Amino acid sequence: MVETARNGAVADEVLRLENVTLRFDALTALDRVSFMLRRGETCVIQGAAGSGKTVLLKIALGLIKADEGRVFVFGRDMTGAPEREWMEARARMGILFQEGGLFDSMTIEENVGYPLENIKAAQCPPDEVRPRVEQALQFVELGHTLEKVPSELSGGMRRRVGIARAVVTRPQLVLYDSPTAGLDPITATTIMALVAKERDTRQTATALATHRYQDGHLLANYVWDPARAELAPAKGDCSAARTRFVVMGEGRIVFEGSQQELEDSTDEYISQFARRWKE
Amino acid sequence: MLDWLKLQVLALQNFVVLSGRAYINLFRSPHYLDDIFVQMDTIGVGSLPIVLLTGFFSGATITLQMSRALNQYGASGEVGQIVAISLVRELGPVLTAVTVAGRNASGMASELGSMKVTEQIDAMRALGTDPAQKLVTPRLIATAVMEPLLTILADAIGLLGGYIMAVVALHLTTGQQYWSSAHQALEFDDIIQGLLKPFIFAQVISLVGCYYGMFTSGGAQGVGRSTTAAVVTSIVWVFVLNLFIGQFFVNLK
Repeated sequence: MVETARNGAVADEVLRLENVTLRFDALTALDRVSFMLRRGETCVIQGAAGSGKTVLLKIALGLIKADEGRVFVFGRDMTGAPEREWMEARARMGILFQEGGLFDSMTIEENVGYPLENIKAAQCPPDEVRPRVEQALQFVELGHTLEKVPSELSGGMRRRVGIARAVVTRPQLVLYDSPTAGLDPITATTIMALVAKERDTRQTATALATHRYQDGHLLANYVWDPARAELAPAKGDCSAARTRFVVMGEGRIVFEGSQQELEDSTDEYISQFARRWKE
Repeated sequence: MLDWLKLQVLALQNFVVLSGRAYINLFRSPHYLDDIFVQMDTIGVGSLPIVLLTGFFSGATITLQMSRALNQYGASGEVGQIVAISLVRELGPVLTAVTVAGRNASGMASELGSMKVTEQIDAMRALGTDPAQKLVTPRLIATAVMEPLLTILADAIGLLGGYIMAVVALHLTTGQQYWSSAHQALEFDDIIQGLLKPFIFAQVISLVGCYYGMFTSGGAQGVGRSTTAAVVTSIVWVFVLNLFIGQFFVNLK
């Protein structure tokens, strides 16, 4: 039984959206979306292009303000909170943007060190920045790229640097926006292995927007095996078992449930996100 | 029509809010000194050759065009005066502003625009930085400092261009007469006007450039649109403001 705090927040929740609505002129990008993520949970958000996946993640980060509804981050009501408070909340969150979002005028070292140097709440002493950057880059197996600039790296490597930058502050929640978009299947699996590695080594809550069912399947059925340094099939109650699937369509959450429920769905729109892969 | 008007009002509101934040950030830490110096180098040193060329040829051209009229009235000795006044009051500030707008407003709009469409601006906010503080304020400071300096150099090289045309090429007057007539023509408020204009133009150019960059949408095509709009809008504002500032100084007398 989960505890309920005074403001209605669930004790171990990291992210909660309540009836969030967002409109761009005539277009409704999000329509009364409610969504919750608890500590140690993984949520795979699927949906067609333009269904609101990216917008949902940006609202969770406070980069876009919702027109209606409430946003709770780490149990704190952030609805209408000033940018200063969001900065503090963001110190505990990591984000990988769709194309990596790396600063192309900076080196890889500067990119990965950027949140440590700029997020005050991260409280990283200057002499610890470099070791932490090296550690984060070794985590994504790119320890040799410190002096390079993003344009010198391949698409997959840029995505890996993006993951290093997202996790360098040791966040409790990491949001991944289409981490495998535009990558070949082998590179995509490498990226997803890193997502699982971060989740399983640090018990991070994970929200992942994707259009590939394989990504969700991997997170729901595999865990990172540190001894063999590779993914292994999940057994028993582990982080993978706490993976939920959400399907978005036209700004609404049209499905929320387990992988099995998703695969069993007979709805034409929902089932295409499971069927495509099975075929 | 109503939708179009709403869009314009929204754009103005966004511009005012962004500008307001850029100015407030002048008094708020952190100050990104490195970024300010990089921008000063790009805007000031980078624009120097083109500004000097423009200034030189403007001074020489005014002299050439005025030589016939002045000869007609037997006043060719006053050529220094004409070059000095027209350069310091008008052509120096305006031509420098147009050059800086063409070179740097476009640069700012395209750089920030590409950052916007590749989610680097979002990343900046997500990673603990206010993009207005990190990107807009340094550009505002750098342009406001460098443009008056560029204008002074453009004026000086323009006077030199006038001198070469008047004294060396057309033999209109002597060197001593050219420089003393130029020196005597200039009054204190000419200098003030000649420096106030670039200071104001610089702020408009940098804020317009940054605004179009920060509000870019629609991929590479959007970056192109923003760049064009930044140059056109900032140049139009330079000419409009030039009239109002000129009017203000004329009324002072």
